[in-house]
Amino acid sequence: MVPLTWYLTLAAFMFCSGLYAALGRRNAIAVLMGIELMLNAANINLIAFWRYGVTPVENVDGQVFAIFVIAVAAAEVAVGLALIISVYRNRKTLNLDELDILKG
Amino acid sequence: MAQDYFPLLVFIVVSIVFAFIAIGLPSILGPRRKNQQKQEPYESGIIPFQDARRRFPIKYYLVAMLFILFDIEVIFLYPWAGALLPLRDGYGIWLALVPMGVFLFILIAGLVYEWSKGALEWE
Amino acid sequence: MPELPIPIPPLPTLHESVFMAIALLTVVGAFLVVAARNLFHNALGLALTFFGVAGVYFVAEAEFVGVAQVLVYVGAISTLITFAIMLTRGMMYGATSPLNRQAGTAAIIAATVFVVMAGLLGSLPWPVAEEPIVDGQIVIANLGVGFVTEFVVAFLLLAVLLLVALAGAIVLAQDRK
Repeated sequence: MVPLTWYLTLAAFMFCSGLYAALGRRNAIAVLMGIELMLNAANINLIAFWRYGVTPVENVDGQVFAIFVIAVAAAEVAVGLALIISVYRNRKTLNLDELDILKG
Repeated sequence: MAQDYFPLLVFIVVSIVFAFIAIGLPSILGPRRKNQQKQEPYESGIIPFQDARRRFPIKYYLVAMLFILFDIEVIFLYPWAGALLPLRDGYGIWLALVPMGVFLFILIAGLVYEWSKGALEWE
Repeated sequence: MPELPIPIPPLPTLHESVFMAIALLTVVGAFLVVAARNLFHNALGLALTFFGVAGVYFVAEAEFVGVAQVLVYVGAISTLITFAIMLTRGMMYGATSPLNRQAGTAAIIAATVFVVMAGLLGSLPWPVAEEPIVDGQIVIANLGVGFVTEFVVAFLLLAVLLLVALAGAIVLAQDRK
């Protein structure tokens, strides 16, 4: 089998890519994509630890969590993008640096 | 388990190689005579009448939302269907059916709501 | 046979080579998401990453989660993101950089986190139990049992969450007459 650390390293790389996109990008949709990358990285970890835990056939908790994460991420993307579209309609921009009317 | 996917691996490799041959060879061997009509984007024979890079109507987004809803429903229905017999034997038929019934009822309420808001009307 | 000064690492098995190829695909996709300037290329890279992650699930013998990944992420979420880009396009191109002022700091933070995590991962002794999975059908059936018994509260709450998300998204996105 593939060593466990390979999965974890891949997940770490994806998480850090997502972190950079979420912190450093200007466009709101790009930030959302970074968050998706981080969620996927967490999911890889869940699946890897499920596979390398004891009794993976009987104890499927890792897979259950992964599927819940997928479903919640879908809901999050749907609402997030609706918010983004709504903001775009009102402000005609998605540049997060310009969306600062709450600053006062 | 994993070795069951060996045919799939062979299939993927063959299809990638075939795609490279099918696209690569003509681009090396074939002649290139460009003209106005060949350079137009392919629109199934219809003459393009406006730029494709324009904003989409919001209706598509609402349809995609419904798609996500039922996508997730399928994800949960499938393993439940596979587990129905052990559930019936282990917990009784009502405990096996009721949680999924409630789940489906809530999701269908979402469909009814979207319908009543007129999101399915295409005008 | 004389002792070699550096031991030659064993060749990767088929399983490992497949994982490496899929991981490479995933990493390229993730890099496209982060580095490409065109927002549409970001979305394509994201779809590639989702596919790669599905492949990782298949290598880890979590076939059902892999299929769920393809259905929900590749099929639905990528499409939704593409729609959102098309619904809001026009402002994203031009001379301005796609990065904000704190991008340099963010890059340093992300790189540091990766180096620390990768170093820790390599040095920790993970207690792994490599038990074979003979019949994947039983895993999927056990998932189904889990949804309606042990995790039934989360399962029904998820339905409510989806309903609320759908309603909220409609209210936010619908055209105001």
